[in-house]
Parts: sequence; C-alpha cells; structure tokens
Amino acid sequence: MVSIKILTLLIPALPLAGFLLVALNVKRLSHGVASFIACGSVLLSFIAAVTIFSQLLGFPEGSRLITVHLFSWIKAGNFDASMALLIDPLTSIFLLIITGVGFLIHVYSIGYMHDDTGFNRFFSYLNLFVFFMLLLVMGSNYLVMFIGWEGVGLCSYLLIGFWFKNQAYNDAANKAFIMNRIGDLGLLLGIFLIFINFRSLNFTDVASMAPAASTGTLTIITILLFIGAMGKSAQIPLYTWLPDAMAGPTPVSALIHAATMVTAGIYMIARNNVIYTLSPISMNLVMIVGLATALFAATIALKQNDIKKVLAYSTVSQLGLMFLALGLGAFTAGIFHMATHAFFKALLFLGAGSVIHALSGEQDMRSMGGLRKYLPVTFATFLIGVLAISGIPPFAGFFSKDEILANAYAHNPILWGVALLASLLTVFYMFRLLYLTFFGDVRASHHVMSHIHESPKSITVPLICLGVLSLVGGFIGVPEALGGSHWLNEYLSPVFAQAATLSESHHHLDHSTEYTLMAVVIGFTVLVIIAAYVKYVKRKHVPVADAQLSGPSKILANKYYIDEIYNTLIVKPLYWLSNVLDVFVERMGIDFIVNIFGSSVPEGGKITRLTQSGSIGYYIFLMVIGIVLIVTYTLIG
Amino acid sequence: MLTTLLIFFPLAAALLIFVLKSKYSHVIALTAACAELIISAVAVYQFKTGGSELLRANYQWIAQIGLSYFVDMDGISLLLVLLTTGLVPFIILSSFGRSFSKPSTFYGLILVMQMALVGVFVAQDGLLFYLFWEVALIPIYFICLIWGGENRGKITFKFFVYTLAGSLLMLIALIYLYLHTPGVHSFDADALYAAGASLSYPEQSLIFWFLFAAFAVKMPVFPFHTWQPDTYSVAPTQGTMLLSGIMLKMGIYGVIRWLIPVVPAGVITWGLTAVLISVIGIIYASCIAIVQKDFKRLIAYSSIAHVGLIAAGLFTLSTTGLQGAMIQMISHGIVVVGMFFIIDVVYDRTKTTALANLGGIRNVAPQLATAFVIVLLGSVALPLTSGFIGEFLLINSVFQYHQWLGVAAGLTIILGAVYMLRTFQKSMSGETNSLTASFTDLTWNEKAVLYPLALLIILIGVYPAPILAISEPAVAKLLELYSPITAIR
Repeated sequence: MVSIKILTLLIPALPLAGFLLVALNVKRLSHGVASFIACGSVLLSFIAAVTIFSQLLGFPEGSRLITVHLFSWIKAGNFDASMALLIDPLTSIFLLIITGVGFLIHVYSIGYMHDDTGFNRFFSYLNLFVFFMLLLVMGSNYLVMFIGWEGVGLCSYLLIGFWFKNQAYNDAANKAFIMNRIGDLGLLLGIFLIFINFRSLNFTDVASMAPAASTGTLTIITILLFIGAMGKSAQIPLYTWLPDAMAGPTPVSALIHAATMVTAGIYMIARNNVIYTLSPISMNLVMIVGLATALFAATIALKQNDIKKVLAYSTVSQLGLMFLALGLGAFTAGIFHMATHAFFKALLFLGAGSVIHALSGEQDMRSMGGLRKYLPVTFATFLIGVLAISGIPPFAGFFSKDEILANAYAHNPILWGVALLASLLTVFYMFRLLYLTFFGDVRASHHVMSHIHESPKSITVPLICLGVLSLVGGFIGVPEALGGSHWLNEYLSPVFAQAATLSESHHHLDHSTEYTLMAVVIGFTVLVIIAAYVKYVKRKHVPVADAQLSGPSKILANKYYIDEIYNTLIVKPLYWLSNVLDVFVERMGIDFIVNIFGSSVPEGGKITRLTQSGSIGYYIFLMVIGIVLIVTYTLIG
Repeated sequence: MLTTLLIFFPLAAALLIFVLKSKYSHVIALTAACAELIISAVAVYQFKTGGSELLRANYQWIAQIGLSYFVDMDGISLLLVLLTTGLVPFIILSSFGRSFSKPSTFYGLILVMQMALVGVFVAQDGLLFYLFWEVALIPIYFICLIWGGENRGKITFKFFVYTLAGSLLMLIALIYLYLHTPGVHSFDADALYAAGASLSYPEQSLIFWFLFAAFAVKMPVFPFHTWQPDTYSVAPTQGTMLLSGIMLKMGIYGVIRWLIPVVPAGVITWGLTAVLISVIGIIYASCIAIVQKDFKRLIAYSSIAHVGLIAAGLFTLSTTGLQGAMIQMISHGIVVVGMFFIIDVVYDRTKTTALANLGGIRNVAPQLATAFVIVLLGSVALPLTSGFIGEFLLINSVFQYHQWLGVAAGLTIILGAVYMLRTFQKSMSGETNSLTASFTDLTWNEKAVLYPLALLIILIGVYPAPILAISEPAVAKLLELYSPITAIR
C-alpha cells in the first residue's frame, strides 16, 4: 500500500516538479531540455496513472478507493480542511485523460511553438496547468478541488494572454478570469453552505450525510455549485469567455479549452451525484441549461468563419450535451461523452492548429480550401475527428452521443428532439468546416501557398494517436443493444451506486426502440452531410464578408450580440457606478464633509481669537460676569 | 524582559543613528532591524516552549493615575509583533539604491516607528497603549512631511489631524472606563474590561462608537477613510509601507484587544451595523479602485477594500472570523508592502505612476513581472497564496454571520480580480512605450525585497498551520466572553 500512496502523490507532483524546474530556469534551459522536462514529467505522470488504474482494476469492485492524507491545511475553530487526495474510478478516468491527452498535446507543442521566444515559459505554464488539473480531480474534499479549480483558471488566464503584447488577447484573458471568478464565487458560497450543513467538506462525508438533509438546502447548494460549473464549463450565461479564449496558442485551446479544464464542471457534478440526485430542481436546471447551451452554441457555430471559433462554439455545445446527460441522471453517459470528446475535440483543435501552422497563421476559412492534397495526414486525422463528433458509427462520438440521446428519449421525446437538432447542427457546421478547409478551390494567397507544408512529426504523431483514440475510444462503452457490455458503466457503477438507488425512476428502453432511434439519427445525419456537401463542395459556396450579411445570418454571425448586451447591462453600469462613487460620493461627498470639519478648526480658531482682544478692561468685564454666574449657580443649585 | 527589549532595542538603535549621522546609516538600520527580527524569533521560541512568562513585564509607573508599564504577549500580540519585525527589514532594504536627503534622520525615524508599533501591540495597560499609539504618529508624520511628494504639507496635516481626532475619542473612552474601574482606579486591561462590562447598555453603546471611530479611522474603514488615498500617494514608499503594512493593523488590533473584550453588550448590539459598514466599504472601495488612473491610489483603495473584509470578520465574533483576520493581517502586510515596492520600482525607472503612461514592462523586465504576478495572486486570494487563507476564513465567517452580507463580501473576489488584472494589463502587458522601453529589470537589492515576500505569500498559502496555531488559543480565550451568546445563535 505504501507504493500506491507514493504513486498517487507522484501523479500531481511530477508536473509540479516539471513546472518548478522549467520556470526557475526559464532563461538558462535550452528549448530542447525544457520541452524534454515538461513532456517527460507528464509522461511519467501518465505512466503512474496507468499503473494506478491497473491496480484499481485488480481490487474488488467495492474497494477501488485510494486516499492519501498529507496535512491539515486550513484549521480554525471547528473548521478543518485537509490537504488530501483521493482516487476512485471516476478520478482515474480523468487522470488517464488529463495525463494521456495532456502528454500528446505537450509533444505537439514542441513542433507548434518551436520558433516562439516564449517557448520555455509556455511549457512551464502547461506543466503548471496539468498539476492544477490533476489536483482538481484528485482532491478528496471541496477545498482541494477548489485549489485546482482556481489554479486551472489562473493557467488559462496566463495562456490565453500568452502573447501579451497584443492587448486584445490580454482582454480575452482578463475576461476569462473574471467570468470564471463569477462562477467561482457561486462555488465558494456552495462550499460554505455545505460546511454549515454537514460540518465537513469531505466528498464521502457529504454524500453519506446528504439523504438526511432537507431538499431545500440541497437545492440551494447544488445550484450554487452549478454556477461554478457554468463559469468553468462555459454554459449559459457564463460561456462568452470561451470563444474569446481562442486568443491563446492552439495547443492551449485543445488541452485547456476543449479536453480538460472546461470539463471540470462535468467532473464536479458527477462527483456530487448524490446531492444532485436528491434535488430534482437542480437536476432539471442542469438539464435545461445544458440542452439550451447545446442548441444555442450550435446555431452560433453555423455562421462563424474563424476555424477556431467554430470549434470553440462546438465545445460549448458539446459541453451542453454532457450537462444534459448529467441533468438526466445519466452520469456515466456524461463522463463517457467527456472522454470521447476529449479525444476528438483535442484532435480537431490540433488539426486546426496544423492547418493554421501550414498557412502561416491564417485562421479564416474563407482563405483556406483545397488543402487535403497539401496536408494529407492532417486531413485524414481531421476527417476522423469530424466523423467522430458527427456520431458516425463506429467512431467514438457515436456511442457516447447515442447514449445521451437514448437517455433523453427515455426521459421525454421532446428533449430527444431538441438534442437531436443540436447534434444535427453540429454535423452541419463540422462538415461545413471540413469542406471549406480541405475541399474545393484553393483560396489562400499565392504567397501563403508557396510556404505550405505538412507539419513535422511532433505534430502529426499526436494527431495520429488522437485519431486512433477517436476511432476506437467509443468501444469502452458499447451498449448491450449492440452486443457490448458497456465496460465504462460497469467500472463507474460504484461511484454512482448511491445515486442510482436514490433516483426515483429507471427509464429503460427496449432494444427495438434503441435500434429505431439509432437508425433515425444516422439517417438524418447522412442527409445533413449530403446537404453540406451540395452547398460547400458542389456549389462551392463560400461565406460572404460579414458586412454583406443580413437577417438571421447577421445575428448568428454576431453571436446574438450577447457580448454587446453584457457590455451594456453589466460592464458599463459597473464603470458608471464606480465613476459616480469616485466623483460624487467620494470626492464631492465624504471628503468634502471631512474637509469642512477640518477647516472648521482654523476657522473656529479665528472666531475664538476675537475674544483675546488684549484690552484689560474687557478681560475684567468677562471675569466679573463669570464670577456672577458661578455665584448665582451655587446659590440656586 | 524580552518584550521590553523588543520595544526599546529599535529606539536605542535609532538614537545611535541620530547621534552618529554616519553615511552607513542604512546598514546600521538594516542590521538593527535584523537583530530585532532575531529577538522576536527568540520570543516565538519562548512562547512555543512554554516560557511565555518571560515575555511579561509589569512595573508601576505613575501610581497616582494607575498607569503601569505592563507589557505581555499572547498569540495575537506575538503575530503582530512578528509582522512588524518581519516587515521592517524589508522596508529598510527597499530604500537601498534610492537617493534622498538626511538619510540618518530617515532611518532613525523608521526605527522609532518600529518601537512605537511594537509597544502598541504588547501594551497591557490602556494608557500605555494610548501613549504608544500616539507616539507612533510622530515619526510617520515627519517621514511623510519631510520626504513626501507634491502637496505633502496639506495632506500630511489632514492625516495628522484626522487620526488625532480619532485618538482623542479613544482617550475619552479610556478615561471614562478608567473612572469606572472597580477598587483603586487603574488602566490595567483586565480592570478596564471589568469596568466596561459593568457599564449600562447605553454607556456601552457610546463607548463602543467612540472606540470604533478611533480604530476605524486608523484602519481605515469606510467612511472614515478619505485621509488614506492622499496620504498613501504622497508619502515616500517606505512611509506608505509602514502605514499600510503595519500601522493600519494598529486599528484592527485595537478592535481585537481594546474593543471586543471591553464592551460586550455594545459589541453585540452594534456588531451587525459594524459588519454592514465594513461590507459596504469593501464594495465601495473596490468600485472606486476600478476607475483609478494612478497605480498608487488604486492600491490604496484596494487596501481599504481588503481591510473592510478584515473588519467585517472581526465583528462576526467567530473563531473563523478572528483567525481569518489574524492571518489576513499578515498576508495583507506582505502583499501590500510588495505591491507598493513594485510601484516604487516602476516609479524609479519611469518617474510616473499614471497607468496610462505605463505598459509593456513585461517585455523588458520579466523578473519584475513575475514577482508582480505572485503578489497580485496573493491580493486576489488565489488558493495556495496567503491571501486565500485569510479571505476564505473571513468571507466564510461573514457568510455564517449573515448570508446576504456574506454574498456581498464575497463580491470582493470578483471585483478584486477586475481591478488587479486591469492594473497588471495596463502596466506590464502590451507593447513598450518611450517611457518603458529602457526599463531595467530588478537589481539585487530589489530582488532581495521582492523574492522573499513572494516566497512568503506562497509558503503561507500552502502551509498556514504554524501561524494559525500561534493565535488560536488567544482567539479562543477572547471569544469565551461571548460563548454564551454565540451558542444561542
């Protein structure tokens, strides 16, 4: 058992050590050494995670739990939170993805960032991010999770604003941090309430005591926690930072803003499955917000022309689907989709990065086209990613999305209909992206095309690895209807066992319904692909300039003007209020009054000075009056 | 004995510096401050190993008015003494490499200031406390007046009169309490506590407000704060560090030692009002910080916001609130001294603190920028920095005290990020301009100030237990007075 505890510690400690080594020697290390340390530390962390995972599999199902208590962190009166780690099946899945996908993206970054002057700084941030992300999913109580939660936010901020000379990028970084902080306040208040009600912040304690708590309390707690998830996982209304976050280097978009950090909200709700299951209102809220976000973001993605912006809205939309699953009580389905999404979305972002790299930094799809001949590996892997996200069997996305849709149908066919619409929109904008980028005529300038080249091995090898994962990743969750045993469901069942017994209804679809649903979904999907093909390949449609847009297209291209609305409703009033307080209340109000008091001292002095006239007769007169008053007072009193 | 040494050693060193007028005054001052730090470390050792009676000294001074030289240190005093002795070396070191007139007077005054500050934190006699409290005003007044910036005469005068007026209210309250001490009148803390508890409810209320006003001016808490931004801006960097890093803690300490245990009925009655005022101050000062155009004024307002949260935590009368206040005082001291030093470095190179004129410093001074990031994270209370421990406990305590006020106090974590990130962006990010293009990175003595401070911010954030452990028994003892009431709540 000693070795397993050390191994557990090593998982976050290695990237932390990598960060310290690189960050403290950022000037001294060569690029080669720095990237070797950074990649190596994450690779070792991955190996440790795999080892732990295999050991967990060796344990009997009920006792797959490792806890490591380090020290008492914050203790004041009856408040006590420890620095303690926990690994259970849920955490182990996240560990594999964070370190596995994280390692691939580290390797990719070697090629992608090779001529950047901030190369070493970049790798130190990446390692720090991996450390905080691991802490987030390994904390055995809410407060350690909160360290990771805010820590990944910091790294996200640092990496979005990585090219800090550009103030627009810095604005995006600030926006991300501040919006996340809004969510974090919700999470923090939720944590306070948990402590007030349960006198403990340990996940296991809270889960075991939750059934005795009142539903009202649990509802408030879970809604507050969900506000945190809205921020971190970019859900309505706190999603607008994520598209802007694309200002960061593309590997960052893949790692932080697609595969890992933004799934923190999914993790948190899955971790809190018991208290969520006990508060149906919150579950419905999660479901509705998730579904609304899935649809809303998908419509925006239809009209975006920046390749990374499309993928960003797609991520928001896919996260919405995961929340839908969680809200339906289908926790496994949410985690399953998180896993497959990590593979194919990381793949898509890295593929997009490879395209951008090849086109000397071009991100507008209207200046791309016909690239499949020039970038064969990028194209092949990107195609896998598109097929996976579109849910074409047997690619990874098919199984996980199908499970969510089936659960939605079992709950209510209307939910299924909306979710289906969102996923069909996804199919459309993804094929639009594919066709505009890789098919049709070459629209890039001659100058750009003269530099075009397939990316180096450090970029293509991670693409191939992720391509394979996007192809086979779904097999961990093949449903019974298709002759599988749904390994993931089995594996995660101890984590969600309590919630399963608590939830009132068990929807179960018979196999024939499942087959019908699959057939309908696949049928529509194929139709949409054909439609996109006709529009963008056959008719060679290229999106027009933004200025020529009108009607609904214009609204979509402008993202429903949500940024402008927030600006008018929140940002400007805050600045207005601040200015009013500063000018009118502070300077013309409080300080003015203080100064009146202050000047009354010398002014009062001037008046009292008048009594000091220097005339002896006047003084004697005053003295007499004084004596008379004293005598009178003594006689009467 | 040790406590007496802690008070008078800096005074002796100051006198030496005044007399010698050596060109090595700065070295003597730094040596003395380091020696003082070592003495305080011995005091911590004594305290930890049960030798705390060695920290106590009690001699009758003027028997006729019941004044004693009575000094002692419990955990609360010890932490604040440690904050003082820990920060003063950095404050002295921060002046190295800067040229200014009359250095021997300057360093002497800093050490006199240290004497008075330590005295305030260890005095167990009300009048003695008051004496140190007023003595502390004199050196800082001259530091601001002689070495301050533009308009210093008027601003320093306002600062002086304002805080003196506050102190006067405290003196009246102390004398009133003194006159109600049982038996032979005395200013002994326990006697004053007994006097306070024996007062009628309206009297307690009155005393509460007199004392609260005195301490609120010092911190300062909204709306008694308008002397502060001007004074912080005009004072020389070391003066601002002394004021914000240590001196404002006199006000917070005053509440802990000379208000909360003195008039319990007054505190309970007016506690909610005090928390409310403090929380309004947090949001008010944060909003004003958002629109400040001057780096120094912005940090001055952020300090009002942070102190507002500490004040709110105090009046929750809970262990989390008081322990949070204790560790946040330490954290705030470190962060704010670091922040004002960063401003000093920027001013040294560019001769401006207007944010609009800065920008791009990260390109040319990455070490400064890194230190800034760490201090900033401490300021915005990111977990694993010292700021988080304090703010978490404080917001938690306010939330438990009153949920909506807790939510309002929690806004500080959003607003703090808004103004701090904006400041970082405006000063450090972007392209360099004509003022910042030739910015040189940190010198060795600047690193010697900023790096240890940055390291402390992280160390305390990761492992706050030793600090929390020092003050825990004293806080528990203080709250015993209120346990029957808080138990009902």
